[in-house]
Amino acid sequence: MNQPRRSQTALAADVLAVTNLRKIYGPTVAVDGISFRVRRNEIVGLLGPNGAGKTTTINMILGVLEPTAGSILVQGVDLATHRSQALQCTNFAAVYAPVPGNLTVQQNLRIFGMIYAVKDLSQRIEALLKEFDLEKFRHVKCGALSSGEQTRVGLAKAMLNSPHLLLLDEPTASLDPSVARDIRDMIRHFAAQGPGGVLWTSHNMYEVEEVCDRVLFLSHGKILLEGDPRALPGEHGQPSLEELFIAVAREPLEFRQE
Amino acid sequence: MSPQRTAAILLRQFYLIRGSVPRLVPLFAWVGVDMVLWGFITRYLNSVSGSGFNFVPSLLGAVLLWDFFIRVMQGVTMAFFEDVWARNFLNIFATPLSIAEYLAGLVLSSIATSSFGLVVMLLLAGGLFGLSFFVYGAMLAPFLLVLFLFGIAFGIMASGMVLRLGPASEWFVWPIPAIVSPFAGVFYPLSTLPRWMQAIGHLLPPAYVFEGMRRIILGGAVSGRELVLAGLLAMFYLLLACWFFVRMYRHAVRTGLIARYSAETLS
Repeated sequence: MNQPRRSQTALAADVLAVTNLRKIYGPTVAVDGISFRVRRNEIVGLLGPNGAGKTTTINMILGVLEPTAGSILVQGVDLATHRSQALQCTNFAAVYAPVPGNLTVQQNLRIFGMIYAVKDLSQRIEALLKEFDLEKFRHVKCGALSSGEQTRVGLAKAMLNSPHLLLLDEPTASLDPSVARDIRDMIRHFAAQGPGGVLWTSHNMYEVEEVCDRVLFLSHGKILLEGDPRALPGEHGQPSLEELFIAVAREPLEFRQE
Repeated sequence: MSPQRTAAILLRQFYLIRGSVPRLVPLFAWVGVDMVLWGFITRYLNSVSGSGFNFVPSLLGAVLLWDFFIRVMQGVTMAFFEDVWARNFLNIFATPLSIAEYLAGLVLSSIATSSFGLVVMLLLAGGLFGLSFFVYGAMLAPFLLVLFLFGIAFGIMASGMVLRLGPASEWFVWPIPAIVSPFAGVFYPLSTLPRWMQAIGHLLPPAYVFEGMRRIILGGAVSGRELVLAGLLAMFYLLLACWFFVRMYRHAVRTGLIARYSAETLS
């Protein structure tokens, strides 16, 4: 394993503090009072079966879904009362939210860079185009790119403001294994050297084990398990993280009180 | 308010229009068609009425001012629809951009596109049919301002409605000017209308503009009190529209519609 380990000094700073977060839609409890932290230089995996509440949680952290209860602090700033300030140091990439396909790569990066008030924007765009191997696509409309290339544009957009909190919802889902590995390396480098932490969702347990410092298992809106993805399967009598995932997804009640 | 974030919305619209014939042509094509069509109608009316009354400033001028209102309104809604069509709400609203900055960006986009349409109309109406805006004198500025404010208000209100009801409801937006125009007395005095329609007309700022315009052409003077009332009404509608949009946005954030807009409704 070549993933970076967190230093003790980095543990001190929470980039994200979620407390008793709850979202109820009519009779349905989508997220049921979850609390967790993401610290600086840490990559936290948010795992769970479809419908567990992962995307609902991410949407609440992004300020596009109002929680029924609970609080979200980004870099100590309350999202509910200081939305712009909290989102200034946040960014995200998700396969279901590509940047507009009718604008070119460079145009999209410029517009989002202005929205995030990125300093020396032109230089930052050039650096990201190079980093994500997008230089030859700078004048290509994003809708004309392959899904993998669009994912790289989304990631470049997500890195524009060097966020303290980076939310990634299945960031490598549409990438080939080679590009996916490069992207994982980049995000690990970002987490290790950059100013922030990462909250990462993925259904690829190999990837989670390789990348994440800590994982949270979510099922029916509750966090059932939390720990080191390399140690957690053994602690629960499972041979691998994937087997643990399947066990949690099928028999969540067995893990509820642990 | 960050001017840079507001400018980003304007820049986005510039990029889209610059690179797209289907976006560029409607900025001048429909107003151009209206000017030519109504220009010839007024020329015909001038020739058959025999009264010596010049229909150009009253009828063609009214069409021009009303088209300006429509362009202003559509300038806002078209910029908003770009986010609807590109399914961009999640990207745009998960940023530090505030609603005030977003709406200001839509308004700036509308100023740019409607000004372009206005220039085209002035060139055609003046060049082909001899319409001169100097005939309205100093009142032209308040006339345009009232119509501009009311157009912005309707554009924001319509955008809020689409945000609430989903992408398909954009079809409610296009007929709005046609529905309002009979009550606003664009082509005839309000006194022509039945009392209940007059009552509605008096609540619409454009009605005071078109009444004033006709009074000037007939050699009278515009009532300053009515013009102030029109301005205040337009401001009231603008504030109401902003309040309405914020309410619709908050509803969309509460229900999760922003994140799943293609579902159209989640409540």
